[in-house]
Amino acid sequence: MAQTLAEKIIAKAAGRGTVSPGEIVTCRVDLAMMHDSGGPRRVKPVLERLGAKVWDPEKVVVVSDHYVPAVDAESAAILDLTRKWTAANGIGKFHDMQGICHVVLPERGHLRPGLFVVGGDSHSPTGGAFGCYMFGVGATDMAGVLVTGETWIKVPETIRIAIDGDLGDGLSAKDILLHLCARIGMGGGAYQAIQYTGSTVANLSMQERMTLSNMAAELGAQAGLIEGDETTAAYIRKAGGDPGDVSAWRGDDDAAYLATHHVDAAALIPQVAAPHSPANSGPVTDLGGEAIHQAYIGACTGAKLDDLHMAARVMKGRKVADGTRLLIAPASTRTTAAAAADGTLATLTEAGAILLPSGCGACAGYGAGVLAEDEVCISSTARNFKGRMGAKSSRVYLGSPFTVAASAVVGRVADPREFLEGGAP
Amino acid sequence: MSAAGTIGKATGKATGKATGKAWVFGDDIDTDVLAPGLYMKGPFEELARHCLEAVDPTFAPGVAPGDIVVGGLNFGIGSSREQAAQALKHLGVGAVVAKSFGGIFFRNALNMGLVALVCADAGRISAADDLAVDPAEGLIVNKTRDERYACEALPPQLLTMVQDGGLVPHLEKKMAQTAQEDAAR
Repeated sequence: MAQTLAEKIIAKAAGRGTVSPGEIVTCRVDLAMMHDSGGPRRVKPVLERLGAKVWDPEKVVVVSDHYVPAVDAESAAILDLTRKWTAANGIGKFHDMQGICHVVLPERGHLRPGLFVVGGDSHSPTGGAFGCYMFGVGATDMAGVLVTGETWIKVPETIRIAIDGDLGDGLSAKDILLHLCARIGMGGGAYQAIQYTGSTVANLSMQERMTLSNMAAELGAQAGLIEGDETTAAYIRKAGGDPGDVSAWRGDDDAAYLATHHVDAAALIPQVAAPHSPANSGPVTDLGGEAIHQAYIGACTGAKLDDLHMAARVMKGRKVADGTRLLIAPASTRTTAAAAADGTLATLTEAGAILLPSGCGACAGYGAGVLAEDEVCISSTARNFKGRMGAKSSRVYLGSPFTVAASAVVGRVADPREFLEGGAP
Repeated sequence: MSAAGTIGKATGKATGKATGKAWVFGDDIDTDVLAPGLYMKGPFEELARHCLEAVDPTFAPGVAPGDIVVGGLNFGIGSSREQAAQALKHLGVGAVVAKSFGGIFFRNALNMGLVALVCADAGRISAADDLAVDPAEGLIVNKTRDERYACEALPPQLLTMVQDGGLVPHLEKKMAQTAQEDAAR
């Protein structure tokens, strides 16, 4: 029976030859990732109540990224509990304040095609960029995994999103995803598996592929898969991991797909999402113009090294507009180190950007950079729900790092393309 | 922090049935309005007091035990934070019914022992309607309007889990059964 990539990974994890969409199966978990917010502080009481131990500490990764660095007694206590619990439970793969989990996980070589991975965070589909079946769960689900090493899954249908054509200058994976959010909506993924295919995807870097997979969450999908190729294998090797047989983890040509959506990347113009939903997206030429107080480049979605490079191309030799602040929280400490080494950080700070610690930060209103009442922000993050980044009356636009940087220069939601003409990096 | 005290607190009914007044919300109710990030690091009881505050400030102070939350499309989209479902459970909500759910929220609700049912007719329910929800039958009875709405049936293993009070009590039960079987051997 012809199988999609999602079906092949789930069948392997379920110890089955094949699986069919709609059936509920129990899977062995290859890797479980959790962070300081939904992790130890929430699973510890459950494990204690059950008198249970972690089934396999080698298969658990813990990342402190939400309450970092501590700003008050409560956040300090959460980070302290996380450190003590990981030590007491023999979790060797503990990354404390090294960056955002979805970026740190592949950076440290923990992912490879074919793995069945659960993550205690809704942006866990990011791991799909590495050909893993990775999906987000809540803390009690995670506790169940830690006790049993297993979880249930309803085998998803696969929705194919075929993206072809060359992206224009000043466009990125983020623009493709915002366009899709408007087109198929936040329920368009129907909690099924999305698989991105096509020539555009094949030509994207791993970090840009991660942005596609990451925002499968905003399309309402359970997972956002991309089949591995030489780009995937090269990234994993560089990260110190073993990619395994990448070619073994591909869907069959004649597998059944629930739907196929086509995107013409060459026809796209930069997209922004107006407040308060990623689905309120459209061309910046239609939705731009509103004055902003803050521009934010951060989060797993929008502050990887490629994202900082995009911002730097716009900011080079320019300044942040008076009355506007540009905050940048690189996605990981390795991102910061690389951006320091190649001059990107200097370009950004000379333009007036303010650097923040690596972590989830203002994206979900946890860290530095939250908004006051009635403030307007444009952000390279994934969600602009009401009140998410701060005060209830604040308003957030979403855009690519190119668009956020251009908006910081103008002081309004702005089209980045005019800042890039002839401006190769 | 208070997770152990509230996860899977039994409702006293092994059926998962709920009877109460409808609180009706629109489409795309997200986890940031259910469990605002501002209160995530503090005491859970404080967070629950702000549940849905951004869209209906009367909800948390006014909801009564057994009341039913009615959503439109994509109820619970967004974060994986299970405090979104836990807050509803903590406030005494008897069940959540919606045209569709965010997938992680749906799992979290059942794990917390909070009945969540997909109902295509959820839009027929008005605020303050008297409802009776039966997850085993997959049925909502609207006593105010004298109407009955069919829901998508929960798979048997998930129905058992939610009737047990959620994943943790369900695992406790299974572990006790295993221990008994081992002892009998």
